[in-house]
Amino acid sequence: MRISFSEWTKSGSPWVWLNAGAVAISIIMVVGLLGLIAVRGLGHFWPADVIQADYEENGKQHTIIGELVDREMVPAPQLRGAGIEVPEGVEAMARDLLKVGNRDFGSADFIWAMDHFITHIQRPAMLFAAERLEWGNFYGYLREVKEAGKSVGHYDGYDKTQEYLALWGEFQQRIDRVLDIREQILTIEKKEIGSINYEIERLRLKERRLDLDQSTDTDAYAKIDARRKELNADYEELQKRLGDLYQQINRDTFVAEIADGRKVELPVAKIVRAFLPNDMGIGAKIVHYADKVWEFLSDEPREANTEGGIFPAIFGTVMMVILMSVLVTPFGVVAAVYLREYAKQGFITRLIRIAVNNLAGVPSIVYGVFGLGFFVYFLGGHIDDLFFPEAKPSPTFGTGGLMWASITLALLTVPVVIVATEEGLARIPRAVREGSLALGATKFETLWKVVLPMASPAMMTGVILAIARAAGEVAPLMLVGVVKLAPSLPLDGNYPYLHLDQKFMHLGFHIYDVGFQSPNVEAARPLVYATALLLVIVIALLNFSAIAIRNHLREKYKALEM
Amino acid sequence: MTSEIKTHAIDIASMQRDTRTLRPEEETHTLQVRDLKLYYGEKEALHGINMDIAKNRVTAFIGPSGCGKSTLLRCFNRMNDLVDSCRIEGQLLLDGENIYDRTVNVADLRRRVGMVFQKPNPFPKSIYENVAYGLRIQGVKKKRVIDETVEWALRSAALWDEVKDRLHESALGMSGGQQQRLVIARTVAVKPEVLLLDEPASALDPISTLKIEELIHELKRDFTIVIVTHNMQQAARVSDYTAFMYMGDLIEFGVTDTLFTNPTEKQTEDYITGRYG
Repeated sequence: MRISFSEWTKSGSPWVWLNAGAVAISIIMVVGLLGLIAVRGLGHFWPADVIQADYEENGKQHTIIGELVDREMVPAPQLRGAGIEVPEGVEAMARDLLKVGNRDFGSADFIWAMDHFITHIQRPAMLFAAERLEWGNFYGYLREVKEAGKSVGHYDGYDKTQEYLALWGEFQQRIDRVLDIREQILTIEKKEIGSINYEIERLRLKERRLDLDQSTDTDAYAKIDARRKELNADYEELQKRLGDLYQQINRDTFVAEIADGRKVELPVAKIVRAFLPNDMGIGAKIVHYADKVWEFLSDEPREANTEGGIFPAIFGTVMMVILMSVLVTPFGVVAAVYLREYAKQGFITRLIRIAVNNLAGVPSIVYGVFGLGFFVYFLGGHIDDLFFPEAKPSPTFGTGGLMWASITLALLTVPVVIVATEEGLARIPRAVREGSLALGATKFETLWKVVLPMASPAMMTGVILAIARAAGEVAPLMLVGVVKLAPSLPLDGNYPYLHLDQKFMHLGFHIYDVGFQSPNVEAARPLVYATALLLVIVIALLNFSAIAIRNHLREKYKALEM
Repeated sequence: MTSEIKTHAIDIASMQRDTRTLRPEEETHTLQVRDLKLYYGEKEALHGINMDIAKNRVTAFIGPSGCGKSTLLRCFNRMNDLVDSCRIEGQLLLDGENIYDRTVNVADLRRRVGMVFQKPNPFPKSIYENVAYGLRIQGVKKKRVIDETVEWALRSAALWDEVKDRLHESALGMSGGQQQRLVIARTVAVKPEVLLLDEPASALDPISTLKIEELIHELKRDFTIVIVTHNMQQAARVSDYTAFMYMGDLIEFGVTDTLFTNPTEKQTEDYITGRYG
């Protein structure tokens, strides 16, 4: 059956198609975005094959070893301009990006190689890859393992033999031992010496405070001195243990042959993990993958944030968002209650409402500038003058920190909470308020016991919106307390446990830092995707928990059907 | 189900009684309205009302919509204070004291003069907490006292047997009639002197309406009741005295049976015979 165009228009079908199309495009964009960062980010942890190949460039031939990371087509004129011979009639040639590692022996750990010149590609089973604490990845053949300078096994071939496997087993054992010792060293350095240093610093400040007060309390001084002596003794003790451990950890070395045939000797102490990527089965790869992902989630970053994990950034983000919610909720709710319930509705309240709504549209960097100028320099400076004169000239609250960042973001999101709460309050039926008042409750009691609980789902809606906005903010944070590497978490075992004055790491800023401030861009790129994916997941989780709370409240205070 | 309906039939029979034996001049008066005028902004909504409301009796206000009967009722516990533009002249005495005096604490007044609204308005709390609400507001802390009062109030509102096993479930899960009786129990729990009922049965089905009417009879013993109703049969059934209002004026006020059978004013007669309104 044919229908005319005008009938088709009248029927509303084009309108429905238009709407459906818009929804479909939105979904495709969101799914595509998430898919891209998920694939790029998660793929990074999969152990890639390491290839060994001959490479001939300008008549010179040498061997290269590395992971194939990327491939792109380069137009011929550009290549000719760079002095590379390109056969006539070829418009573009492939160029491969190889991660060759061994930054301490070569020049860079990534090289671009013309695909055309790469020949004899092999994937030798015994080629090993090692992640290190410094200098990035290492690729080579294991030749010898030494204990305190004495050889405990060696092998010179390239094939998978019992002999090689025995040497590899020896190597792995020693890596495990090193990891174990490193764990102990970290515990001593971070936890034990960390808390001693913290206490010594507090004692110093206490003493300084006594000095400033021109105290004559010799008892107090004596006490401080005695305690400091104790701490110093403890410190000496720990230092000795540390010295022992360092000696132990540096005992073993290994010799390996690298791509250009050189044999190099390296300490086992610098190895994080070593593996034979070409010799791994799918099971081993999955284990390796899970291990890497877990490291990413739970460890601290290494090598200018391009390796290791991002746990401090996750922790900082969550911590800041929680603090922000705790600050913004009461503030926003109280303001909304006044505006809706107590203030006389008129021109001025309308004006305030408009101002609050507009505040939500102010660019976040403006809040950052305000936070820096008012909170950090003005408030923080005065707090330091009043309460922490002993720490000067180094600032305590007079510099960016977790507290100022949370307050700045709370300020940024307070309009959202106010608007949502006001709407919630307006929806509470008059009959319920009158019912309470008629029982002899005052307006305050009515608000507190009946109206606010019923409006709590609306408040949570405000908090959800606030979290969604605040968790992704980076610009204002850069001014008020985020750093690329924080030495310790803002929550730890040292009194007073929550260090509001400390600087912290944040996933959003981490993305910016790794992606654009990193000295090793190629190594960092996959981490940008992985961190972005994680940021999305963290925000989603924070939001889901807030939504769960709201739904629970909604169920509890289901609106009366009136 | 049949037995339930039967009991109601019996109760209705017992409710049929003659109010002509009442002697208005011998009553004590809980509430006295003296020349009460009420303005919404510039508009005068009540034009000087005078009436005495007898203690432990049911007084009904009838009249067409917009005649001011609810407005008058809401003066008795100063609910009109919530309306910004509302202004009142004249006096309203509760036990001889003017409730519009500046020294009167409104919250205390409302505790003495309870009110039940047209639509059931339970709080989104448990049945128990709804009834205990007024007590908690008054600062009663002892659990035993609250428990006893809650039971007494629910029994007074003829609700105890229906809800005693689910006191801690949400009040919002009850039927409309139960909710309204819960609201009455909630109001009764603070032991007011006067109970104001603002069309308490208008949103309910006939059976629930009968239950509420029965309840009013029971409550009369302990409270002075003022009820606003659209339903003249209801007024005739439940009240001892009836006031007919029209356009903000009190047209006629007297013993219910007399007013319905032998009204002195033409307007009253027209209204109760259905000629207008």
